[in-house]
Amino acid sequence: MNFPLIVQYGLSGITVGSIYAIVAVGFNIIYSTTGIINFAQGEFLIVGAMIAISLYQIVPLWLAIVLAVIVTTILGGLIEIVFLRPARDASVLRLIVITIGLSILIREAMLHIWDEKVHFLPYFTGTSTSTITIFGAHFSPQVLWVLGVSTVIVAGLTVFFRFTLLGRAMRACADDRMAACLCGINDRWMVTLSFMLSAGIGALAGCVISPVTQTQYDMGAPLAIKGFTVAILGGLGNSMAAVIAGLLLGLLEAFVVSQFASAYKEAVAIVVLLLVLVIRPTGLFVRREIGALRAA
Amino acid sequence: MMGLRRYWPIAATALAVVVLQMVLSMTGATYYMTQITMSAYYALVVIGLCLLMGYAGQASLGHAGFFAIGGYTVAFMTTVNLLAWRDTGLIRALHSLGLVVQWRNLYGAEVLSFSPWPAFIAALVLTGLIAFLIGMPVIRLKGHYLAMATLGFGLIVYRIVLGTKALGQADGLSNVPPFHLIPGLEVNGRTPFRIENYYIAWITVLVSMLLAVNLVNSRVGRALRSIHQSEEAAHSLGVNTYRYKLAVFVLSALFAAVGGALLTHYNGSIGPSEATVMKSVRYVAMVAIGGMANLWGAMLMAIVLNFLSLRGVFGSFDDAIFGAILIAFMLFAPQGLLRVPRLRSLATLLSRRSHG
Amino acid sequence: MGARCVRILGTLVIALALNGTGCKKAPETPAPTKAPATQTPAAPIKVGAIFAVTGPAANLGAPEQKTAEMFVEQINKEGGIAGHKVTLIVKDSGSVPGTALSLAKQLIDEEKVLAIIGPSTSGETMAIKDTCQEGKTILLSCAAAETIVNPLASYVFKTPQKDSDAARRIYETLKDMGITKVGVISSSDGFGNAGAAQLAKLAPEYGMTIAIAETYAATETDLTGVLTKLKGQDVKAVIDWTITPAQSLVAKNMKQIGLDVPLFQSHGFGNIKYVEAGGEAANGTIFPCGRLLVAEVLPGTHPQKQVLLKYKQDYESRYKEDASTFGGHAYDAILILREAIKKAGSVEPEKVRAAIETLQGVVGTGGVFNFTATDHNGLNKDAFEMLTVENGKFAVYTKK
Repeated sequence: MNFPLIVQYGLSGITVGSIYAIVAVGFNIIYSTTGIINFAQGEFLIVGAMIAISLYQIVPLWLAIVLAVIVTTILGGLIEIVFLRPARDASVLRLIVITIGLSILIREAMLHIWDEKVHFLPYFTGTSTSTITIFGAHFSPQVLWVLGVSTVIVAGLTVFFRFTLLGRAMRACADDRMAACLCGINDRWMVTLSFMLSAGIGALAGCVISPVTQTQYDMGAPLAIKGFTVAILGGLGNSMAAVIAGLLLGLLEAFVVSQFASAYKEAVAIVVLLLVLVIRPTGLFVRREIGALRAA
Repeated sequence: MMGLRRYWPIAATALAVVVLQMVLSMTGATYYMTQITMSAYYALVVIGLCLLMGYAGQASLGHAGFFAIGGYTVAFMTTVNLLAWRDTGLIRALHSLGLVVQWRNLYGAEVLSFSPWPAFIAALVLTGLIAFLIGMPVIRLKGHYLAMATLGFGLIVYRIVLGTKALGQADGLSNVPPFHLIPGLEVNGRTPFRIENYYIAWITVLVSMLLAVNLVNSRVGRALRSIHQSEEAAHSLGVNTYRYKLAVFVLSALFAAVGGALLTHYNGSIGPSEATVMKSVRYVAMVAIGGMANLWGAMLMAIVLNFLSLRGVFGSFDDAIFGAILIAFMLFAPQGLLRVPRLRSLATLLSRRSHG
Repeated sequence: MGARCVRILGTLVIALALNGTGCKKAPETPAPTKAPATQTPAAPIKVGAIFAVTGPAANLGAPEQKTAEMFVEQINKEGGIAGHKVTLIVKDSGSVPGTALSLAKQLIDEEKVLAIIGPSTSGETMAIKDTCQEGKTILLSCAAAETIVNPLASYVFKTPQKDSDAARRIYETLKDMGITKVGVISSSDGFGNAGAAQLAKLAPEYGMTIAIAETYAATETDLTGVLTKLKGQDVKAVIDWTITPAQSLVAKNMKQIGLDVPLFQSHGFGNIKYVEAGGEAANGTIFPCGRLLVAEVLPGTHPQKQVLLKYKQDYESRYKEDASTFGGHAYDAILILREAIKKAGSVEPEKVRAAIETLQGVVGTGGVFNFTATDHNGLNKDAFEMLTVENGKFAVYTKK
């Protein structure tokens, strides 16, 4: 394998890896604030993209995306208020079941509101044939958009959580809800906010990948599965680790495709998931052993 | 006797089943039996899952995988054509033992394959083994992690059956022959055998309920419930939590495999769609709606929901309705249908639980 | 406490109401308690249909359902078939073979339909094949697998063209272009597997070398990895065989990674939506297809032109979406049934079945059908036209 080919595979891996990473970050935001794994995370990406695609018919692209992100953010908040707040004290099992039910409902709603056909946003720059060449590897400019937007999202979140009052309040809730309440933080709204944030970044991610992957109503679930493989690989609750884990998984898949039959690509994520759960459930980058207890 | 009171619901159900059959036969509507029979086999999976989720408190998002293992094993062994090896020593030995039979399929082709009974036994053994091997590392996990692991297992089974040529890949296996249980009684989807199969399915379900009820009320069942309530406390009292959880996991997998094997004979085919995540989620939904730790509720919900779904009553909204009912019940009636106060009196008659 | 009950009942009522609105999409008559012993002159003909209107195969089943309903309505407006009105009972299988089987048994045992149109996928068809044969109900499948008609079952027919014929046309075109080294990629579902198998089987006959053959998941969202592998093998053409939206990805990814060789698709490419999704990258794609997509540019003397134009215009004006060849399979199925009933002059299942086997020269959307007792598909490779994409539109492919 020559150098350009390696770069080509590498780019392919990083592109899908960054998509997985965004989904995983979304999981982590909700998980660290509430302890819930939101099975409906993947649907946020698709809802955002679908709304943007519909709006694009009447407003320019950038506005369609902005509006789609806003609408999905509000939707995320509504979902939390209507479906999850009443079940706050429920067992882990019950919460898992509720979010699964939610992912089904959202998916079916999309099927009946839109349709079963494949849709797509136009390429942000260039067309479907544009290509950029770096180090002998060719790729679409949209790939740069995906990587760029992912980086911006992660950087933005880091800034948010570290330097803003609201972000620090959410982190406080994640660390210890009781103590946060005692400090006067309204934990109920923190939970709603975490859902809104996850939905928003999900929608943005969905829009930026739409030209690359196309958008169909049932794409949410496979994305969610890869997303939480990555989240667990990095360690639940740890967003930075999720990004690295996402890129790792993407590169691993690209490697498998390059060396073995590409039919095994799908198996990679599942095998990784099972191995991690069996050998090191707290993830590769465990920072606190407390994570293991929290899972109970 | 105090002990016999718990079997009252089983007898009542048996009576209801017979009455239903007579009513359907008299009104000439025996075709409903098709969907009832299919639902009964799906209910087997749900009963096993109820034991796992409700009593042992373990989530499993991959139980469709065990159903598929049972069904595919049976389908493969009864349809694989060994005619080319007819004269080898091994096949001749199997033939003389009656394990391998020659028959003619619907299209006139001669097939030499395993007979259904050895295939059924093989399916159970294989499922039990896989459940044991998977269960060993996975049972140690808690909460979300266990759910993910079982989800991963289900996905692997799906990918394997989808990708393996010998298992029919995306089209699955068809032309599965009927299952001759004893001479004169066979599991078969054809119209003349409808009533016979209706009873076979229901007897299987009732026997499973008998097993489940006995288990729940035995020492093992009490141990399980103590684990569910508080694993640390149970552990400190000397209950071998790990062994019990693993045992229930394997048992629930076996229930699923039986359902899968029998339904495959009934339908005459099986496909990868029986191993999807959506199927696993449906089983979980039925347990949740019936009441996590309520065997009768789970069985009832399995029959009712599957029956309606198979008859196409939900039309194109099938999945949506499952999702909606699931959420509604989780929010408003988390203890299940039979725990809603109005039905409470009915519930206390039907189920026996030593804690609320 | 009472409030909880009310909420639960409310949710169930809403669920049932949703079901009620859903029912409007799939009209069906209530099950009768007995079937008429003999068909009286005015008795309606009952035809069942099982389509994957929802689920993974929805892009097949949805247009099939719309086509079936539209065509039956037209038939009834014109007075029905030989004086009998047609009652179409459509069921949604959700792409699940087990459900398809249950619905098939319902249609056969309860509704006592004369024939079943569909299902949309091969897996579902194989699941109900035996049941239809034993129930002496004519099955006109809209799925493509060879195994549907081979081994032959007297009551089972299929309307889509043969995969082997599509492969032959592709190879013939490649041979004309002087290309012998190809790379094959296919989706790992029934359609993709069948196509890949045919391509592999027929390659030696046309002197083709398949330098590399790979599969991808039907839900794949990025094919740059697989295509890079093909690029590394220096293939002179790419053949992609799938009916999923991933086929648009192939076109785009090829251009993006700089794999500048001719792209051949299968007859699963037959929907303008895939061209739109592919954008500029889709221009130049070559694929065998039924002539529906280029109906306008067919010469006026072409036997299929009228039928194709009428179907296309009717479908597009009624449903405000582009017609696809998938819907056409359902059209052909109903057309064949109609012609057989007219020829047999009866609605007895055995007579109609036998009549189908004698039908010759039936002009459908997929091609001109010629059935025999051993050929339950009726189409050969002339049913295909080699098409290409020019400026975002379908056009007939002409040799350069």
